[in-house]
Amino acid sequence: MRYAMAVDTLKCVGCNDCVVACQTENNVPIGYCRDWIVEKTTGSYPELQLEIRSERCNHCANAPCVRTCPTEASHYAEGGIVLVEESECIGCKACITSCPYDARFIHPEGYVDKCTFCIHRVEKGQDPACVAVCPTHCMIFGDLDDPNSDISRAMATRKWKSLIPEAGTDPKVFYLI
Amino acid sequence: MIEEIITSGRMNPEIDPILHVWGWEIPFYLFLGGISAGILIFSAYFTLRNRQDELPVAVKWMPLAVPFLIGIGLIALLLDLSHVLYFWQLFTNIRWESPMSWGAWTLAIIMPLSIAWIATWIEDIFPNWDWKFDEAKAVVNWLKDQRRIMAQVLILLSVILGMYTGILLSAFNARPFWNTSILGPLFLTSGLSASAALVSYFSKTAVEKRLFTRIDIILIAIELFMIIHLFMGHLAGTQVHIQAAKMFLGGPFTVPFWVFVVGLGLILPVILEVLELKHKFVPAIVPVVLIVTGNIMLRFIVVNAGQASRWLY
Repeated sequence: MRYAMAVDTLKCVGCNDCVVACQTENNVPIGYCRDWIVEKTTGSYPELQLEIRSERCNHCANAPCVRTCPTEASHYAEGGIVLVEESECIGCKACITSCPYDARFIHPEGYVDKCTFCIHRVEKGQDPACVAVCPTHCMIFGDLDDPNSDISRAMATRKWKSLIPEAGTDPKVFYLI
Repeated sequence: MIEEIITSGRMNPEIDPILHVWGWEIPFYLFLGGISAGILIFSAYFTLRNRQDELPVAVKWMPLAVPFLIGIGLIALLLDLSHVLYFWQLFTNIRWESPMSWGAWTLAIIMPLSIAWIATWIEDIFPNWDWKFDEAKAVVNWLKDQRRIMAQVLILLSVILGMYTGILLSAFNARPFWNTSILGPLFLTSGLSASAALVSYFSKTAVEKRLFTRIDIILIAIELFMIIHLFMGHLAGTQVHIQAAKMFLGGPFTVPFWVFVVGLGLILPVILEVLELKHKFVPAIVPVVLIVTGNIMLRFIVVNAGQASRWLY
């Protein structure tokens, strides 16, 4: 089992539904977010290109946050989902500085928090909240080890990229382009 | 032109717009840890060379400061932890891949060991010292017989202590400025240099003063060499490393680093120390204050610059 997510940049309109859904589903404190929208504009008027991406923790297979954590609070859960165990986190912030995506933050209660791929929903067979609410169905969540899963098919038939693969983190969030 | 905007307004405190999760606590601790490591290395090394009576300040007196320096450093580290009540989790795990785990365990061993080390010297320093209890006296006498082994362990642990602070930062590939393996040796050398300067300032004998001034000159020369290598490595690296180096070559860290760390913290004191060796009059306090200040600034600047450097995508 290797959970992954693909975001179709050609379908994403940047409506922020995923951001709000995540904040509601996971009770993210006000002023914080576990996922966010990036709009990348390339070129100069009138020759412009626009790419819209919904970003979050990349649940890297070679996660620097797991490596640098001194207490094993950051760990790989089932399917390669990277999680933080609140009761083991000392708040040293090594994982935050080790993340090239700046996907982590300090929860007001002191421990480090970030996207969980909504593991509590995934365990019940549901999609993560952001995927479930997306009005354009631009996000696909699934198992890369299953060749018939929607995500495996999308990755096989579409061109895709991941973010900063040169950082060597082996990210598991992909962007269909 | 490429413009990249987070339109959903991600503004996670201490993460955006520029990462700043580590404030004064971490660089301050890095300084104290480095200087403690330097003091212990000199003390243990010259004990192994049987020069304790010739170099009393370096071997016997300076280690007295170590438990206090490490203690203050530990308080700073605890202040930095945002989930501090769980700090004991550090000692329920040994994580080989995490430099912070190495550091926690090294500190846990070196703190009592440095106190035991002082205990073996305390009667030399204070001739009227009385251990009060015979058991304590017996333990200390036993420890005195173990001095050589203790010295060897201390050197090993102090090198780890002095190096890991740099390795801790260089393990973060996400922050290009830190991502160079020279930071470990650089911090170790700079800690050694600060403690050599302190020894030569506090020592009463000309032999010890001259020896440690000489050692300090060599260490500062090595440090300058490593700083040049740091930038050579970055400039020969990838785009993000080049950008990280440019923060120091025309960017916001140029003046603080080259003027205060390199100019006033390394080059000026090394000139003063050379003049001292040539028997020119130099107020002894000046080079040591410059070196220690440069030491602190080096760590503050490196910690801040690392957090300001990042991958672009």
